Amino acid sequence: MNALSAEVHRFLPTTPADPGFGVYVHWPFCAAKCPYCDFNSHVRHQAIDQERFARAFAREIAVMAGRSRGLTVTSIFLGGGTPSLMEPATVGAILDAIAANWTVAPGAEVTMEANPSSVEAERFLGYRAAGVNRLSLGVQALNDEDLRGLGRLHDVAQALKAIELARSTFPRLSFDLIYARPGQSVASWEAELARAIDLAADHLSLYQLTIEHGTPFYALHKAGKLKVPDGELSADLYEATQSVTRTAGLPAYEISNHAVPGAESRHNLTYWRYGLYAGVGPGAHGRLMGRLGRHAVATEPNPERWLQMVEDWETGTTIDDALSHQEEADELLLMGLRLTEGVDLKRWRQVSGRDIDPTVEADLVAQGMVERLSPDRIRATPAGMLVLDAVVADLA
Amino acid sequence: MPAETPLDHIRNFSIVAHIDHGKSTLADRLIQATGGLDLREMKEQVLDSMDIERERGITIKAQTVRLHYTAKDGGTYVLNLIDTPGHVDFAYEVSRSLSACEGALLVVDAAQGVEAQTLANVYLALDNDLEIVPVLNKIDLPAAEPDKVKEQIEEVIGLDASNAVMISAKAGIGIEDVLEAIVHRLPAPKTGDRTAPLKALLVDSWYDAYLGVVVLVRILDGELRKNQVVRMMGTGARYGVDRVGVFTPKMVQVDALGPGEIGFITASIKELADTRVGDTITEDRRQTAEMLPGFKPAQPVVFCGLFPVDAADFEDLRAAMGKLRLNDASFSFEMETSAALGFGFRCGFLGLLHLEIIQERLSREFDLDLIATAPSVVYRIHLTDGTILELHNPADMPDPARIEMIEEPWITATIMTPDEYLGNILQLCQERRGIQTQLTYVGARALVSYELPLNEVVFDFYDRLKSISKGYASFDYHIADHREGDLVKMQILVNAEPVDALSMLVHRSQAERRGRVMCEKLKELIPQHLFKIPIQAAIGGRVIARETISALRKDVTAKCYGGDATRKRKLLEKQKEGKKRMRQFGKVEIPQEAFIAALKMES
Repeated sequence: MNALSAEVHRFLPTTPADPGFGVYVHWPFCAAKCPYCDFNSHVRHQAIDQERFARAFAREIAVMAGRSRGLTVTSIFLGGGTPSLMEPATVGAILDAIAANWTVAPGAEVTMEANPSSVEAERFLGYRAAGVNRLSLGVQALNDEDLRGLGRLHDVAQALKAIELARSTFPRLSFDLIYARPGQSVASWEAELARAIDLAADHLSLYQLTIEHGTPFYALHKAGKLKVPDGELSADLYEATQSVTRTAGLPAYEISNHAVPGAESRHNLTYWRYGLYAGVGPGAHGRLMGRLGRHAVATEPNPERWLQMVEDWETGTTIDDALSHQEEADELLLMGLRLTEGVDLKRWRQVSGRDIDPTVEADLVAQGMVERLSPDRIRATPAGMLVLDAVVADLA
Repeated sequence: MPAETPLDHIRNFSIVAHIDHGKSTLADRLIQATGGLDLREMKEQVLDSMDIERERGITIKAQTVRLHYTAKDGGTYVLNLIDTPGHVDFAYEVSRSLSACEGALLVVDAAQGVEAQTLANVYLALDNDLEIVPVLNKIDLPAAEPDKVKEQIEEVIGLDASNAVMISAKAGIGIEDVLEAIVHRLPAPKTGDRTAPLKALLVDSWYDAYLGVVVLVRILDGELRKNQVVRMMGTGARYGVDRVGVFTPKMVQVDALGPGEIGFITASIKELADTRVGDTITEDRRQTAEMLPGFKPAQPVVFCGLFPVDAADFEDLRAAMGKLRLNDASFSFEMETSAALGFGFRCGFLGLLHLEIIQERLSREFDLDLIATAPSVVYRIHLTDGTILELHNPADMPDPARIEMIEEPWITATIMTPDEYLGNILQLCQERRGIQTQLTYVGARALVSYELPLNEVVFDFYDRLKSISKGYASFDYHIADHREGDLVKMQILVNAEPVDALSMLVHRSQAERRGRVMCEKLKELIPQHLFKIPIQAAIGGRVIARETISALRKDVTAKCYGGDATRKRKLLEKQKEGKKRMRQFGKVEIPQEAFIAALKMES
């Protein structure tokens, strides 16, 4: 345990001024599709040829590395889908390919998402040995009925075991919960959250259930068969979440992410601080520099088509667009205002070529939605965070 | 094609019918039966050629067709069918068309019977001294009750229906009987001297992109030939005739048009304004002694503002309106500015359907996105200094201290309805300040007449009537007179800012109800903001209704998927695009759709 905690302190810190460079790897398969999920995930009933996929990942890694020469990787994130369906050998092959093609900073954060089922927990040691040093567990609820309602394949007992095993295996651990679930009250959520904080290490992701277009939940909701908390109740739930986590010493550092100060997800900070990142695998997104500036890069989402493209042409890249000043400024603002540290307005001005409209800002300040942390740093207040999409639309 | 048709072998007629009672289908059958078009050329309904006309099953512009019919008596007759608009808004055009005819077919649905609109048009035909032949259509329907409907025609209209022609236009039953009835029961044109100086009535005119102005004429005396130099007696304009022809319904040129005939001419006329409908056309060198009485111009009775959703479309809107006006002299417009809606036009219409049709044509044919303000009527404002103002726009209302009194237009409305809906309809009319003048029954159908302020009718009356009668009641009206009314200007304030586009003149007794409805509606339509927004209806400084839109409490994306900033940015761009379509009132953004929906009214 001592050795591991020593390692925590060796994690490379990033700062607002130097957001770091991340590599995101997308494993697109799941054992079952959750009814609320609109991510790029796919269920296959025949076995996945993991070695073949690993070779393809390695090839695309080489391409992305070629596009980001000179950058040092400060974080790696294996997301999905369900990356914990990968054999440890597959994870090892991917991490080796990253190390072979880029310079990886000593102490770089290597996060992997995992489901807390017993089968997957058996592989935790293997992942750790492959180089994963931070696990993000998709616990989602500490209530069996709600777990079934969310279409999860695990139960609370399995989740507790997985948390315990992960804590003893990985230097860092985070887990996800979904709240504002059908029928959830503020009191029951507060109790569940308190229990989660007891189980938590130093990081929690707490997402409000969102009814996304095209999901089974969307159809049910539209048909009136799924009742989710309305705007008022979900605002109350959000506020309760803020106050419980703050009291427990895991304040929000982003809309939905909470950490003991210093234990924030470096990788996600890179996104929100609008640093550069490479995306590898089906449907992965990146922001890389092109000759004329920042590019939005994305790959083919369908796993088999992506695989074929990589085997034929080294990469499954389908989108590689130079961003306009306005687009870049919009992204900088909408990502950055999600953070409690806010956005550097000097940088925004540099990107957009203009200032924030002073009357719009003054109105938002008067309404208690935004504030200046320093002459050049603007952030959303706790009240502003709750209506951030509207605030950003005013400011952008 | 015979160059000269003897007068007694000509019949000029039109068809009077309610919407849906089969006028266009019958016209198609007549054209088909007389070989005007072969089947391949027949589009479903030939006469209603504008898209809107075909969709709504109504006729807006008069059209004519010349049919050649060999009757059972062996004679070949020229039958000129002049199609007329069915709706009362176009009564002016109806009476113009009827004035070119000697007879009319009254087509009544054998299942549905006489409707309010039928009545209005029959009366117009009777006013023009037309001979009328009743025709019962759809006799093949199981629900047809021809005997009851005949009885109704006799009772309600006062026409002898014993010889009514029984047909099904759709099934092609009785079409020949109709043709025979036209020949034997409708009169031939009365007078006409082919050798006299030309005397022709300018029935209608429209702009054709290829031919220039096309003029529809009815000849009374003399002959109209190609290359003839004619004079419009009213405007004094002179033209050399390029083409003389008839519609079969295709345009077919003929050598000459003689007395009793109906046809068209073109004469390189550039300006529609030079062809005043109702004018008398004569020869330039040999003029007729006497001008025809002509028509009095149609007066617009309903006004509303039309504004482009995108301010950049203003010039396009002006051009589009100019083009529509080319073919519709009864539509008028002048520039208007609104704090809420920017630059636009105050437009005058013959009625609500006319308004709707113009709006629809602007958006459909010219691809313009429009906002229409609440329709209003023309008020006569008597000022304390003795002058009288005609108020077309509530925003121009003078200071109440200067107003002696306000007069508003009243209508006489006729409503026919199955009696089960009568109670609701009477209640609606009472609510709208109506005065009942007549109530009679024909079988299970009631005919009720009301005097109503037009102001109450332009507001949503028609929609309400349709909904409370499940679509079965029919409604028609004509302007009766002006009467003094206790009218006040009601303003709508959003976050304490008056929104001029939503202000309206209302009767004091109706103000609270309308104000409440408007506030409730706006509460639904204006999106939540970051602060709470009061919505008030006020007369002068006094608030008569109020609603509050609560502040937005939650609007934030919980999760950003794996660095996909693009998806979030696209949403933001959509949001910003949406804001562009909003109008700013102080700090409040009101979507265009809110104006349109709020003005459409009512629950």
